[in-house]
Amino acid sequence: MARVTFNEQRCKSCELCVSVCPQGIIFLADEINLKGFHPARVTEMDKCTGCAFCARMCPDQVIEVFAEGGKPVHA
Amino acid sequence: MRQIFGRPASLTDVPMHYCPGCTHGIIHRLVAEVMDELGIREKTIGIASVGCSVFAYEYFNCDMQQASHGRAPAVATGIKRVWPDRVVFTYQGDGDLASIGAGEIVHAAARGENITVIFVNNAVYGMTGGQMAPTTLLGQKTTTTPLGREARRNGMPVRVVELLSQLDGPAYLARVSVHNPKMVNTAKRAIRAAFQAQLDGRGFSLVEVLSTCPTNWGLTPVEALKWLEDNMIPYYPLGEVRTPSSASRQAGVPAAASTATAPTPAAFGATGTAPATRGKEGE
Ligand SMILES: Cc1ncc(C[n+]2csc(CCOP(=O)(O)OP(=O)(O)O)c2C)c(N)n1
Ligand code: SF4
Ligand code: SF4
Ligand code: SF4
Ligand SMILES: [Mg+2]
Repeated sequence: MARVTFNEQRCKSCELCVSVCPQGIIFLADEINLKGFHPARVTEMDKCTGCAFCARMCPDQVIEVFAEGGKPVHA
Repeated sequence: MRQIFGRPASLTDVPMHYCPGCTHGIIHRLVAEVMDELGIREKTIGIASVGCSVFAYEYFNCDMQQASHGRAPAVATGIKRVWPDRVVFTYQGDGDLASIGAGEIVHAAARGENITVIFVNNAVYGMTGGQMAPTTLLGQKTTTTPLGREARRNGMPVRVVELLSQLDGPAYLARVSVHNPKMVNTAKRAIRAAFQAQLDGRGFSLVEVLSTCPTNWGLTPVEALKWLEDNMIPYYPLGEVRTPSSASRQAGVPAAASTATAPTPAAFGATGTAPATRGKEGE
């Protein structure tokens, strides 16, 4: 059981998170945030493993990761 | 569920001004994570340089000082000597450190100044619009090398870690990259080792981090990571060139003998890239 949250107003649509997610569950939303970027989102949260690859690669500190009994990567 | 990943306390909540996908933001976070984990935020003083990271003082949640272009190691020297119990680091780009600041970095390293340098090599002057840097690769197009860097006209790209490894002053020298999550973890280990060397009073430490500049490379952020991996790593091999233990083995050995050994980076355990072949240099 794991979950990721995106601070959407900070996202810059760079897609680094999209490119590294082993589950392929991150995509850019159709709508735009206040900066004019399409924020990254997760579609099928039940497939998230909590690996935190997305959060490690995000240059803008958009992503937080939560997991059941997970070992903190950095929290 | 509990939180396993989030913004480190050593980063402020200020949104960063970097271009989308610029890996400066990843490197900032790694430095901040290390500050958190070593518990040194309250006693750390960072020196921001001139380049895209000029506003680093807005993002690091510790005391910060801004230095003029290339002078960060000299400013860090002064601060560290006045406050020897503080942890002092600089954060410098390749234009700042290897071009206008080439003198400062060499002498801070030669003196074995007990400071830590985070050296962000993106093979270009990012802030000023993508001019050639000393680290620009052969064939790489920039606004000042529109047909690509040429050895005969522009000289060869400078390998800063190998250059400094000729000196006896440095206690820790490594080159890392942030082009995938595994390499990000390795980069963090190196940054941690560099700060630890300073905490242990071992002397000068520097981590060169290969970084992207999607904007001036004319690539998408994802393409830029691939370009870094395919083009920068073969010329700039990853690994630790000097560690405090290899440095102490050299203590007492005549300089000529000790400097003859160091230049090839040793791969980080199994995770680093093996020292690359240097066959392309003369092309
Ligand atoms: C004395 C002085 N000379 C030149 C400049 C112009 N200038 C600003 S940033 C920069 C180069 C920055 O490149 P780098 O250090 O690689 O940082 P990046 O933006 O790529 O991260 C230059 C030449 C300046 N600000 N001050
Ligand atoms: S934590 Fe891992 S699986 Fe979950 S969204 Fe991020 S990269 Fe994908
Ligand atoms: S890596 Fe961060 S900024 Fe880039 S698209 Fe993903 S969430 Fe947005
Ligand atoms: S110009 Fe290059 S180095 Fe500067 S913020 Fe943009 S991508 Fe990053
Ligand atoms: Mg640069």
